[in-house]
This record gives sequence, C-alpha cells and structure tokens, in this order.
Amino acid sequence: MSVSATAPRLRQARQSSRIKSAGWTLAGILITGFMLFPLYWIVNLSFMRQTDLLQNPPPFIPSNPSLDAYQAAISTAGGYIQSSFIYAIGTVFVTMIVATPAAYALATIRARIGSLLLFALVLAQMAPGFVVANSLYSAFNTLGLLNSYQAVILADSTIAVPFAIIIMRAFMLGIPHELGEAARVDGAGQLRIFWSVYLPLSRTALITAALFSFLFGWGDFLFALILNSNPDHTPITVGIYRFIGAYSVEWPSVMATAVIAIIPATILLALAQRYIAAGITAGAVKE
Amino acid sequence: MTRVVETGAGDLPPAPVVLKGRRRLHWRRERVVTLMFLAPALIYVLAFYLYPIVFNVIMSVEKYTLKTFVTGEAPFIGLDNFTRLVNHPEFWPAVMNTVWFTIGSLFFQFTLGLLIALFYQHRFPLNSILRALILVPWLAPVLVSGAIWVRLLDQDYGVVNFFIHSLGYQGQISWLTDPHLSLISVLIANIWIGIPFNMVILYGGLQAIPRVLYEAASIDGASAWQRFRYMTWPLLRPVSTVVLLLGLVYTLKVFDVIMSITRGGPADTSQTLNTWAYSLAFTNAFNFGLGAAAGDILLVIVLIFGLLYLRYAYRELRETTR
Repeated sequence: MSVSATAPRLRQARQSSRIKSAGWTLAGILITGFMLFPLYWIVNLSFMRQTDLLQNPPPFIPSNPSLDAYQAAISTAGGYIQSSFIYAIGTVFVTMIVATPAAYALATIRARIGSLLLFALVLAQMAPGFVVANSLYSAFNTLGLLNSYQAVILADSTIAVPFAIIIMRAFMLGIPHELGEAARVDGAGQLRIFWSVYLPLSRTALITAALFSFLFGWGDFLFALILNSNPDHTPITVGIYRFIGAYSVEWPSVMATAVIAIIPATILLALAQRYIAAGITAGAVKE
Repeated sequence: MTRVVETGAGDLPPAPVVLKGRRRLHWRRERVVTLMFLAPALIYVLAFYLYPIVFNVIMSVEKYTLKTFVTGEAPFIGLDNFTRLVNHPEFWPAVMNTVWFTIGSLFFQFTLGLLIALFYQHRFPLNSILRALILVPWLAPVLVSGAIWVRLLDQDYGVVNFFIHSLGYQGQISWLTDPHLSLISVLIANIWIGIPFNMVILYGGLQAIPRVLYEAASIDGASAWQRFRYMTWPLLRPVSTVVLLLGLVYTLKVFDVIMSITRGGPADTSQTLNTWAYSLAFTNAFNFGLGAAAGDILLVIVLIFGLLYLRYAYRELRETTR
C-alpha cells in the first residue's frame, strides 16, 4: 500500500476524511453542549454573588468569581447533604440484601413462583410513587416510624429493588449453568454456589445495581417530602424545594447547592460509565 | 416465613411418586433453600407494593381524613370519593393536563432522542465521551433539574428570555406565572430530562442493526432517507415500542419536575393527576381518601399500559430468542 502510485491520492483521501470527522466532532460538541447548557448555567451562577444576578444580559462567565455561594450552601445545606447520604447508603443496603438472593434464585431455578415474582416486580416498579407513599404514610404513622430515616429508606428502596433484581438476574442468566453444577459435584450447597460462584462472577451487575440504588436514594424527593417532616432528616432535594419556594431566593447559594446535589451523579458517571450504560439498557427503568 | 414456604410449594409441580425416600428428601430440601432465597423479595413485594396498593384502594372508599389519625375511624362511604372527584372543578383540567403533558413529552423526547442517537451512529473522535456526557441531566436528581429550570425560565433575569429577546421578540414572557404557559414550562424541562433515556435505548437498538444491511443498500443506490425509512425505522420498531411504552408509564407518574417548577400552579394550571392527588391528600384538604381515589385512577391507567408493555416485551423476547 505504501509503495504504490496511489499513495498521494490515499493521503489526500485520508486528509479529507480527517476534516470530515473533525466536522462530526464539532457537531457532537454542539449537540452535547446544547444539552448540557442548563448545567453549565447553574455552575456559572453558583460562582456569582446575589448582586451579579441583577445584570441583564446575565454574564456568561462570572466576571468576579466568588466562593461565597458554596460557603453559604455548606453552612445551610450541610445537614441536608448528610441526610441524603444516609438515605442513599441505606437504600443501597436494603436493596442489595433483598435483591441479590432473589436475582440468583430467579436466574438459576425454574419455578412458577419465580416468574410470578418477576412479573409482579416489573409491574410494581410502575406503580406511582404517590400511591405507595399515601399508604405508607398511615402505615408508618401506626408503627411510629414516620420521620425516621428507616421510613424513607424503606420507601426509597421500592424504586431500586425491582430494577436491581431485573438487571442482576439478566446478568446471572449469562453465567454458564455448568459452573454451578461443577461446584455441586464437589459438594457445594446452594448457599455456597451463590456466595462463591455467582456473586464473584456477577461483580459488574452488583456494582451497577448498587450504583443505581445509590442514585435513586440520593435523588428521591417524593418519599422524603411525604414521609418525613423532621428538619434534621431533610435531604438535599427537599431542601432545595424549600429554598426555591421562599419569597426571596438566594439564587447563587441555591445553585451551589444544586451543583453539590449533581456531583454524585457526575462522579458515578465518570467512574462507572460502562456500568451505567449497561444498566440503562438492561433494565430500561427510571422514575 | 413458613407461610411463604407453604404457599410457594403449592405452586410447584408435584414430586414424582417413584422417587426413593432419600432423593425425595433432598429434592424437597433444595426447594426450601430456593424459597429461602426468594423469601426476602417475596415479603418485600407483599409489604411494600401489594399492601400499599391494596390499602390505597381501601382508603379511596373510606372517609379517610386527618381526623382518622386521631380517632382511628374511617367510615366506609362507597364510591363517594370518586363522585366527588369527578365533579371537582379541577378534575377534567388535571386529566387534560396529564394527557397533553404525556403526549408532548413522549413526542419530543422520542424524536430528539432518536435524532441524537442517529447522529452518534457515525464514528468520530470523542464520540463516546460526548455521548456519555449527555446522560448527566438524566442521572441528576429530577427535583434539582427542575430547580435549574426555575432560574432559566425566570421572567426578568432568566437566560431563556434573554435568548428570545436577542432573537428580536421584545415582549415579557412570564413562563412560570402565566396560566397559559405554566404547563409548557414544565413540559420543556421534562423533555430535556427525558431525551438522554430515549437516546441511550434507541442508540442500543440502532447498534443492533447489522451494518452489512446498510452497506448492501448503499451499493444498491438507496439514499440516506430511503435507508432510514425502509430499513432503520422498521427494524427499530420493537425498541421504539418499548421506549414509548416505558416513557408513557414514567411520564404519567412525573411528580418532581412539576413540583419544583410550578407546584401545579398558578391556579392549578399545571396540575396533573399525580400532583393533584398529592395536593388533595397532603396540602389542601388533607383528604387522604380523595387523594387515594385520584391515585387509583392513575394506577389503573399505568397498569393498563404496564401490562401492554409486558405483553409486548415478552412476545418480542420469545421471538428474538427463538
């Protein structure tokens, strides 16, 4: 290829294709940039002071960047952030305990009750959150659980459990049956096969399920709004909701709080991009 | 727990009688272990899905108000809540808002998601990172995304009005306080949130179409439009159907976006069935029975489309695995 007379023409073709692909990249930047502009905008506002916001047109880059808004956000919303972490981690915990053994059983054993459960789960995750919250409100009231962390965590996990079971089961279905059978010949019981064969091999699916459970718990608004009225347990979502409902809104610090609320999603996306894309396609689930 | 084991065993095929004692015992033990694996999930489904749904239906035929929490009394009132609901002046507006909000969201999320997915079918540098970044708005807490739009759509200092003014329009657009615009405002934000979901699933569907087909069509002289119209579109149909059915179910339940941007207002002009149910039960009247009735209506609609989705998804699954 390199010695033939067509070499200069090839080079020309390669060059024009390089220009073309640069054009595609530029268009891609424009499309993604357009989609992300609202996020850019709040980051922009979060570095301003309240008085900067009164300019029209609004400055596209903070002329005099300041961290005041973040200081204010951390001092007023610090407790909210902490509560959100408790909800998110609690949701991961409850979800994984309930979902992992179920996913294993549904992937390895053919039983009518299994397909019935799977069917119920797919439908269950479609039930409107309000219906669940409305009933749980009076149930938790009777049990004295209202306003506790547990109440919101248990409710939050209703978003995550079906999703986690569905994606972990789908993954475990791909693990060759022979592996479990070989372990059985060696005298391993179900529990052992689950723990030492399936769990280690399903790491990808476990991580995906846990990541999404975290995001569901972190992003929940409805359940915390309805089931919790204790200001010390208010998560960041409800906190922002209260901020923007106030008569005069301190926009820079609200926007700084919003940026903080989006950070976990961004970090997870950066660390676990392939897991997330896999999760969305396998589960096709989102509130 | 023992009850779950018993009811579960009833569903299993009967053990062949010829089995010798020891093997039979072993077989039974296996089943019990299986059910132990399923038990947490079964209990969970009963406690956190079945119970709330059933209890919500019960509440909707009772006079269940704030007083109930004090006295413990919730008298049975038959379908009174439903007749009150249907005759409520806000009922039909909420239904129509739900319909328009759902149609608008699905149409624009799907169309724009598909266009972006088609665009990213081309190979070019930075493709995968740019495609991944589009997901951020979708992974962010929905309430936060809504809050962002409150600022973007601000009448005086919002950047959306700034862009509109720089295009030459001089009027003041009160996105959030004009009763004619409130539903459009929440719709815009919801479309923005839903595009990434549509894009990712449709992208996956497009990737699954064999490239050889396109090459063959190109050789036969098919134009880009013809390739899309006669190959991509029909071959993508199963995926499109799934995306639209799932999108429909999720859009009917949208709560956070509306609550953060307009709270259903002004004057209930952006109230959908879901947010209206919430306001009946938890903000205006504290009438949990009435809210539950509105929730029931929403639940029935969601379940109908959910079952359609299941039927479709499973038929597709069986056909593709064969």
